[in-house]
Amino acid sequence: MDATRRQILKGAGLLLILGARANPDAAPEAAGAAAEGAYNPHEHLWGMTIDIEKCIGCGNCVRACAQENDVPEEYFRTWIERYEIEGGDLEHPKVSSPDGGKHGFPPSSETTTKQFFVPKLCNHCQESPCVQVCPVGATFDSPDGVVLVDESYCLGCRYCVQACPYGCRYIHPKKMTVDKCTLCYHRITKGLTTACCEACPTQARVLADLKNPADPVHVFLRENKVQVLKPHMATRSKVYYRALDGAVR
Amino acid sequence: MMTPVPGVEGFMYPNEVELQWSLLIVLYPYITGLVAGAFILASLERVFRVKAVKPTYRLALLTALAFLLVAPLPLQLHLGHPERSFEMYLTPHRSSAMAMFGFVYLWYLLVVLLAEIWLDYRADIVRMAAVETGWRRWLYRALTLGSMNISEEARAVDDRVGYWITIIGIPSAFLLHGYVGFIFGSVKANAWWSTPLMPIVFLFSAMVSGIAAVMLLYMAAMYMQGKKVDMLCLDTIAKYLFFVFLIDFSLEMLDLVHRIYEADESFRSLDFMVHSRLWTSQVVIQIVLGTCVPLALLAAVLVWRFSETARKRMYVAAGLLTLVGIFAMRWNVVIGGQLFSKSYLGYTSYKLDFATREGLLPAIVLMLLPFAILWALVKLLPPWKPEEGDRDGVCPAAP
Amino acid sequence: MQGRWKDSIHLIRPAAVFLAGLLLFLVVRAYIVPPTFGQYGHYRGAVLDEVRARPVKYAGQETCAGCHVEETEVKGKGKHATVACEACHGPAARHADDPGSMRPMKPEGTALCAGCHEMDTAKPKWFRQVNTKEHMPGMKCTECHAAHSPALH
Repeated sequence: MDATRRQILKGAGLLLILGARANPDAAPEAAGAAAEGAYNPHEHLWGMTIDIEKCIGCGNCVRACAQENDVPEEYFRTWIERYEIEGGDLEHPKVSSPDGGKHGFPPSSETTTKQFFVPKLCNHCQESPCVQVCPVGATFDSPDGVVLVDESYCLGCRYCVQACPYGCRYIHPKKMTVDKCTLCYHRITKGLTTACCEACPTQARVLADLKNPADPVHVFLRENKVQVLKPHMATRSKVYYRALDGAVR
Repeated sequence: MMTPVPGVEGFMYPNEVELQWSLLIVLYPYITGLVAGAFILASLERVFRVKAVKPTYRLALLTALAFLLVAPLPLQLHLGHPERSFEMYLTPHRSSAMAMFGFVYLWYLLVVLLAEIWLDYRADIVRMAAVETGWRRWLYRALTLGSMNISEEARAVDDRVGYWITIIGIPSAFLLHGYVGFIFGSVKANAWWSTPLMPIVFLFSAMVSGIAAVMLLYMAAMYMQGKKVDMLCLDTIAKYLFFVFLIDFSLEMLDLVHRIYEADESFRSLDFMVHSRLWTSQVVIQIVLGTCVPLALLAAVLVWRFSETARKRMYVAAGLLTLVGIFAMRWNVVIGGQLFSKSYLGYTSYKLDFATREGLLPAIVLMLLPFAILWALVKLLPPWKPEEGDRDGVCPAAP
Repeated sequence: MQGRWKDSIHLIRPAAVFLAGLLLFLVVRAYIVPPTFGQYGHYRGAVLDEVRARPVKYAGQETCAGCHVEETEVKGKGKHATVACEACHGPAARHADDPGSMRPMKPEGTALCAGCHEMDTAKPKWFRQVNTKEHMPGMKCTECHAAHSPALH
């Protein structure tokens, strides 16, 4: 139906360029995924909890993410930062993230400073600045609370990269569209956890379904003091950190 | 412990090392600024009846059109997928400042500029459609849209409608450029950009650059045609330039003072940036050479008496420095806003390529293109009567 | 009044050109916007299924445990109970789909152990760490510790 309509359009000579554009909805794999599923996006709300006291900076999450999602070299959907703070000087932490912490960190024997690791990823904000600025609806907040990108619709204008306060987005050097953490949407909607959580040896990061009353996240949030990154940005982040230091930005 | 990344100092989030918006995005607000400024100068004559600037009325309109036609090109060239840009018209996201660009642009191009130029030139177009030969004849005949009625009454109607279009056009020009400022000013993640003053600073700097550009173009056009420059017109434009520039400079200084006094979490980082990576382009070029010097020159003309030649030279110098200064301002906003980390712990650098898609070469071509278009427009729709270049040389039916 | 109409009628022409353009745009737009756009929000609804259809590479702990019962049991009783198989053996979904097609990697012990357990003051205190240069130099970790259940054997 749609195809014939568009052929008529073409025949009439109306905006040939527009007519020539392939309809992304015709993608064959879409039908396959739909057939699989009893998954109802309205029944879930995804987020993550990160316990700073459990992170050992091994880099397993960064490597697993890169493998699972074919993340291009030198770009990161998740990464680890190492903080080093002297006394009360929260304004000037020494921060490093060699190759995103992908291969771990050189061990330190410094005992006079406070040191710890901070894993980072997209915060899947509920008031996402990146979604707000996308001019065409190529990036969006899914019904189950995951900020995703429509690769076949993204212009590559990079406005969302500018708007993200956390540096979680980049332009894929081959696709020339924006790329970011999908919270392993292809996994979590099939009952698996994310690649980073799967690979984390200490359970420092744990996937959370905030709409599932049986999810341990509710106990975690009740029993711990938690914080989100850059709370003053008021993005309603859904990545909750336990034992997050005030120096982290 | 720090792994050195070329061009990076301190800590950047790993995805931040690469700059997102290049020189082409510097050109975009620069060019739309020239459009808005030139149009506002044209509307001075039309709406506010500043008779002295009449010789530049049509030139200002054509300048605005020439630059407006080029304005979307740097954006288009910058996109990862230029072939998808029409999606902005298909499914514009209402919460996105950028999505509105397409609509503001079309509104301004079609409803304001083209309509106003058509109404103003209609009598000339009809006349030339009768006089010219060959392809030009066909072109002018097409431009008449099939109506040859240029009776006195019809011209009076055109003038009335044109007046109202100009009145709509002024807020539209404000919208066009104020909105460009909003694109930057509304990014809360970026402390260098995020200020409510951004749209208004962009607007006034747009007027400054547009007025300076039309002033220079008018002098150049008169010089090339061997005609005498209307000094009353020039002095008046220079006076407007001075006052608008003064407002612009005050707004920018207000922003600066506010930032220094409040000294929020971003201040140390930005202050260091201005004193290091942006020192030349911000302090030396934008503030000293591009603002203080032209302001001093323009003020001097208002305070002391100078000969005509001296005044002309001062105007040329002030105009050129102004254009360089406003360009530096756009550079410092767009590039400067991407040199520091959103963690406020480090800095990256911008490497300008030459012959790449977003390099210096396409930028130069894009900057020359409006002048080529303007040249063609002036040939096609002469702003002045063939034999005169002075203040009588405007549309005969204009009041 | 009639003269005024006659002298304004030429304005209809540019207005007609604009209207024709607008109409054309609206017609084209109606045909070309992807059908599922707006299904859930301001985006193409079909993209959710497209993203879901991406291939899985890490099979997940449950899948591994489904076949490798013995290893899972040993690991479950030891200190590495919370470490998933693929955390050390790498992504194995292809192996799970067709065990013959690919074997998960068997990591070289000592370097892998050091990746987590090398002494580093930035690591949390509760986490067992050793200085591999001082702690039994010249020996392999697995000479004393079993990887799946690393208490001394």
